[in-house]
Amino acid sequence: MAEINFDLIIAAFYLVSAILFFYGLKQLGSPATAKSGNRLAALGMLIAVVVTLFDREIVRFEVIIAGVVVGSLIGVVMSRKIKMTAMPQLVAVFNGLGGAGSAVVASAEYFRLEGLETNIPIEISITIMLGTLIGAVTFSGSMIAFTKLQEIIGGSPFIFPLQKIVTALAFLVIAALIALLVIEPNLQLFYILVVICLLLGVLLVIPIGGADMPVVISLLNSYSGVAAAMAGFALGNVMLIIAGSLVGAAGLILTQIMIKAMNRSIFNVLFGAFGASAATATGESADKAVREASVEDAAISLGYAQTAIFVPGYGLAVARAQHQLKDLAELLGARGVDVRYAIHPVAGRMPGHMNVLLAEADVPYDQLYDLDEINSRFSETDIVVVIGANDVVNPAARDEAGSPIYGMPILEVDKSRQVLVLKRSLSPGFAGLDNELFYKDNTMMLFGDASESLANLITGVKEL
Amino acid sequence: MFDSPTLIQLYIFVLAVFIGFDLITKVPPTLHTPLMSGSNAISGITILGAVLVAGRDDGLLGVILGFLAVVLATINVVGGFMVTDRMLQMFRKDPKSN
Repeated sequence: MAEINFDLIIAAFYLVSAILFFYGLKQLGSPATAKSGNRLAALGMLIAVVVTLFDREIVRFEVIIAGVVVGSLIGVVMSRKIKMTAMPQLVAVFNGLGGAGSAVVASAEYFRLEGLETNIPIEISITIMLGTLIGAVTFSGSMIAFTKLQEIIGGSPFIFPLQKIVTALAFLVIAALIALLVIEPNLQLFYILVVICLLLGVLLVIPIGGADMPVVISLLNSYSGVAAAMAGFALGNVMLIIAGSLVGAAGLILTQIMIKAMNRSIFNVLFGAFGASAATATGESADKAVREASVEDAAISLGYAQTAIFVPGYGLAVARAQHQLKDLAELLGARGVDVRYAIHPVAGRMPGHMNVLLAEADVPYDQLYDLDEINSRFSETDIVVVIGANDVVNPAARDEAGSPIYGMPILEVDKSRQVLVLKRSLSPGFAGLDNELFYKDNTMMLFGDASESLANLITGVKEL
Repeated sequence: MFDSPTLIQLYIFVLAVFIGFDLITKVPPTLHTPLMSGSNAISGITILGAVLVAGRDDGLLGVILGFLAVVLATINVVGGFMVTDRMLQMFRKDPKSN
């Protein structure tokens, strides 16, 4: 019997997987095909895992099977149980675990090669170090992002003295350790490297405020791909390199989109510690008055409008009020009001956060409009309802050249005939800025929990 | 010219990055989250490396690290694809026609 060349068969199936990944990712970019795109990518992953089991180096399967069973159980439970409002946290956790996986793989390869007592080729040791570094940063950074999103620690930027210097120092120490380890393998130094890499992830994410989370989450997503690609170089596995670099690139594109939507630079997001410096800008408006609306007034304005636009923000997610919002919109729709939703690209805590929330409440996605599509419509709109959004509707971004958010594209809700703002209190937004919108003559404020306010408005409109 | 495997791998890496950029330059905001969590599941590809580490004959440390890596990567892969699927089930044009 002819000998079967498993390497060749594995390579052939890897090619199939790679094509499925390419095609799946492409399909994920379009609403009509996204679902099948995700499934194609999952199929590609299944094929890649199964053929890897035929690798000559694999001599036992118990550990693999045990790991896959445990991991699958945890993965299934987490993905089923999670509430849609907690989606940003979940994405952060999955991301962190993937990064940790890559770091562990790279480290294991290092321990193996170190034990062989032969010279480790320089390109292998460098990629092992980079895989460990990026994987560890992805892990600890994602966990910090998780604790911020879960509000275990506050969402505001956490700043301590000499922060930038400490971070820069961590970078330098890591670079030095990697150089030393490439010259001469040393297990103790490697452990120290791992610890400092984990620390660096914490240092990089902890100063970043809640409203910058969409940028951070997509950047960490990119890192997890790059970490996998580096582990691929270390192991000489082409599949890891291809899939990892695809994800790295995809995450970077998403990061770019988020940064553009905030008119910031990546450097500014990562090292600017935005909210802290701007907090002093408040306080001068103590004498300005807002107009507080009663539920009845607000309900009348809504019920007799011809056109209404809802602008959801992070406050909607916090209050878990997406279902009430949709009920109110449907009620108004039934009364003949033309209802639309305006979605700012960085509303919420991750890219597309509002879209997911509203989809969960069964809001048809053709009622959702982007910044560019909706901004020209505000001037012809009877009433705009802002629910828990602040900075993305702050006219200062357009009008005040000195404002820290100047230049950020906003939803120009102040151009509509009337604005109703649902807000917990008059506290400034993440940027620590006062919002001129709240003091305008045509703005009504309805204070309270968004979920309760919306429920009251529903009752109010029904009684008209 | 290509006598170093690392060099070929570097070519593959760079080309895949370019394809990645090209594949998803124009994604509607509706799909930002699913795209992120779907691509995140793909980054769980490190499961292949984990399987190799866990399956080869390399002492107790190898077993422990291998098991750990397989568990971590599997959670990422299985959870990531499933939650993306769940999310995409919710996106619909008109609730009445579904």
